[in-house]
Amino acid sequence: MKNKIRLLFAILLILFPFKSLALIEVDITRGNLSPLPLAVSSLSSSENDKEALQKELDIKDIGLEISKIVENNLKKSGLFNPLSKDAFLQKPDIAHLKPRFEDWALIKAQALITGKVNFQDEKLRVEFRLWDVLAGKEMLALAFTTVPKNWRRVGHIISDKVYKRLTGEKGYFDTRIIYVSEKGPKTQRIKKLAIMDQDGFNTKYLTLGNELVLTPRFNPTNQMVTYLSYFKNLPRVYLLDIETGMQEVVGDFPGMTFAPRFSPDGKKIIMSFAMDGNSDIYTMDLENRIVERITNHPSIDTSPSYSPDGKYITFNSDRSGYQQIYVMKSDGTKVKRISFGKGLYGTPVWSPRGDLIAFTKLHKGKFYIGVMRTNGKGERLLTENYYQEAPSWSPNGRVLIFYRETKTDSKGEGFSAKLWSIDLTGYNERLVETETDASDPSWSSLLSN
Amino acid sequence: MKFSKNYKNIFLAMFLSFLLSACATQTSTKKIDSQIQGDVYTGTDTVEYLADGVPDRVFFATNESVLTTASRETLRKQAAWLRKNPDVTVVLEGHADERGTREYNLALGERRANAAKDYLMTYGISSSRASVISYGKERPVDSGSNPLAWSKNRRSVTVKAN
Repeated sequence: MKNKIRLLFAILLILFPFKSLALIEVDITRGNLSPLPLAVSSLSSSENDKEALQKELDIKDIGLEISKIVENNLKKSGLFNPLSKDAFLQKPDIAHLKPRFEDWALIKAQALITGKVNFQDEKLRVEFRLWDVLAGKEMLALAFTTVPKNWRRVGHIISDKVYKRLTGEKGYFDTRIIYVSEKGPKTQRIKKLAIMDQDGFNTKYLTLGNELVLTPRFNPTNQMVTYLSYFKNLPRVYLLDIETGMQEVVGDFPGMTFAPRFSPDGKKIIMSFAMDGNSDIYTMDLENRIVERITNHPSIDTSPSYSPDGKYITFNSDRSGYQQIYVMKSDGTKVKRISFGKGLYGTPVWSPRGDLIAFTKLHKGKFYIGVMRTNGKGERLLTENYYQEAPSWSPNGRVLIFYRETKTDSKGEGFSAKLWSIDLTGYNERLVETETDASDPSWSSLLSN
Repeated sequence: MKFSKNYKNIFLAMFLSFLLSACATQTSTKKIDSQIQGDVYTGTDTVEYLADGVPDRVFFATNESVLTTASRETLRKQAAWLRKNPDVTVVLEGHADERGTREYNLALGERRANAAKDYLMTYGISSSRASVISYGKERPVDSGSNPLAWSKNRRSVTVKAN
């Protein structure tokens, strides 16, 4: 009897290690020097559906195109290494039913994404699965339906779900960026509001360029945008409805209003109002139009940004003599300075995770994008440049988008403005492609839940 | 001795050439020096005139909105001209250089234009005749990426509105 128990114990000891193989996990809190190799198979679709969608959307193989969007997103995150499809051994339709894991392990893929697209009753029905190749298990299986013109969002939604399953964090791929498109010589720059998918596609221009427009920001519900416009040569904060194109001035202020943002619940605009040489921070409730004064100080107070719970505001003030970063309660009380390093600080913006404030710093003629904890400690500079500013957070608080300008040479040429992004870890700094020169980017929240 | 004479000549030649080169650098730095003093542009390159002898603009140091002696003199001339032409209204346009964050520069431009306006008011120009607008760093007059260009852009310009 004892021997049998010993034998059983020995068998269990042998079996256990195999069964307790942890499923893949990706750590996004450190710089990732070895991105996880994975395989993104084309989504399979029937020949009939392929033909119908070619007519509808002018796309040859929608399953392939969607898989490219996923590959591109995951690759750009710096955390994943999508393997070349040339090496794939299994066909998309079979792989989606039952992957032969050995085939995928052979090409060194640790994870596999497969899927299927149907075109039925004018709708796209999408199914996808995420597989752990080494453990030989399905990690995630989801299906959803959408209209054909949203086909690119299918790729972004799949990317977000995969990212979330593998990192434990929400993704940031089904999002849009709003920014200022720029053209022309520095002395007569033509600026327009532009919006695009975060991967650079579907760019739309929202204003015509007849008046100067600056610093657009999304409403958390994503239908409205607030920005500064010099319409009729009167610089004021406006609201713009992305769907209808309707523009509306915010309030009835007797002087310049600027630097607008929405409160986290989308119900208020917070901004600066300049009068007689002094700029203070004000809010306006969009429903009842009540205006509240938040700061009352002879210094310049600007660039306000709410904490995600709406209880605090971080802002830029030169009340100590030079531009520094402050935090106060949302009613304007308990103002506290939080930046103390050498140099000037500006453009503070509170992370959607609530834990950090990103900022621009100028020191000894160089510009830095950095982050600090909300009490000012742990200041960390992520990147240095001749000129860069105005970081905006991805909705998961892991990536910052900002803009850079280059020098003009002695002939007055060579000037350009471009959007860049960098991970919170300081790694994965990359150019964000735009159709024209660009500045003042702002990241939307996730379009889907 | 012949030897030492040669050395003397060489030494003399070197000394003279050092003197001359020193003079050369003096003039080139003098050129820039004469256009910027205390970080404020003092040149006339970009200056236009509201009327004979009335410059249209004043300049500022980095991050400052303080009026220099020269600025106050310019504004006194503007005020005198405005008193002589009581029907003229003006806009004071405030600007900043590009070496700062965009939103702060909008506020700084407004502060500069108001500093100029306040001074005009102390010389009898009523507030209703002078409105203020800030362009921050959006409308540089010199697109160069150097301190001289930047100093020309830190300005408040008085523009006829009618």
